Amino acid sequence: MKPGHGEVLIAEGDVERAEDEQRLIEEFRRQLDAGLWAAVPVSGRHGRRESIMVRTFEDIPWDADRVIFFPRAAGGR
Amino acid sequence: MLLALAATALVALALVSDLIVPRIDDLWSRFKAHRQRTPTWSYDPGRERRAESRARALLRSCVNEEEWAMYRDLGFLRVWGTLADGPDDVGGTGGAPYAYLIYPHRPILAYLAQTHRLLNEYCVTFPDETRPYGSARLPDSDDVLAKWMALTGDERRMISAANMHLPGRQLDPAQVRRDLWRLSQWERARMRHLAGDDGSASPDRQSAA
Repeated sequence: MKPGHGEVLIAEGDVERAEDEQRLIEEFRRQLDAGLWAAVPVSGRHGRRESIMVRTFEDIPWDADRVIFFPRAAGGR
Repeated sequence: MLLALAATALVALALVSDLIVPRIDDLWSRFKAHRQRTPTWSYDPGRERRAESRARALLRSCVNEEEWAMYRDLGFLRVWGTLADGPDDVGGTGGAPYAYLIYPHRPILAYLAQTHRLLNEYCVTFPDETRPYGSARLPDSDDVLAKWMALTGDERRMISAANMHLPGRQLDPAQVRRDLWRLSQWERARMRHLAGDDGSASPDRQSAA
């Protein structure tokens, strides 16, 4: 999510392919280093949708089809 | 006759010189510096609309069908709280179920689900830290989705990042109670509709988002 723009595709690839995985890992780290939070929407208990906040690439569920980056939350007025 | 025309032209020239001289001066200095005219960014009135349209599509793809319908129809989302005794700064809910109302670009509001007692307002923003000197904000639906993801993903972390205030600081408690009433009506209508004994309009058309 990008302020003023909405959803922007950052990178895509197949983690089964080594070069894709490496590129995705680098992009993942770059986004987190820029101060963004990362979340993966999943289906939780009782079919309810929820999200998982991920801090490392290994935290991403193997069957996740996307990771959403968004600005870090801060206290507002 | 000629003299009168010349005098009039001189007066007119003197009057407009204030406008013309700076422009000529600017053009001359630009010419001397061999500079091109600086391009100006034209405002695109459709950009925000397109961004919001993309944000709504993203939100819809993340939340379940009921939550999407709730946001579309009522303009806010409800997220159930998961902490055993409520948010830390509430002083305990005694195990009573509680929930949050998420409004776009407004504080998150915590309330007790059964009594509708308002607990706290949590003011939170998602600033663009790559542009520290002022930046555009997230589209409305992205703001809602960011709050939803942060709350469902790590409720305690989200609440600790927010500034807590007592109810009524920014959200009018009367308006919130009306929203809770609208939500309960909406849920009843939806249940009837899903049970198939409604026979009338879909709850989707109860109210505009």
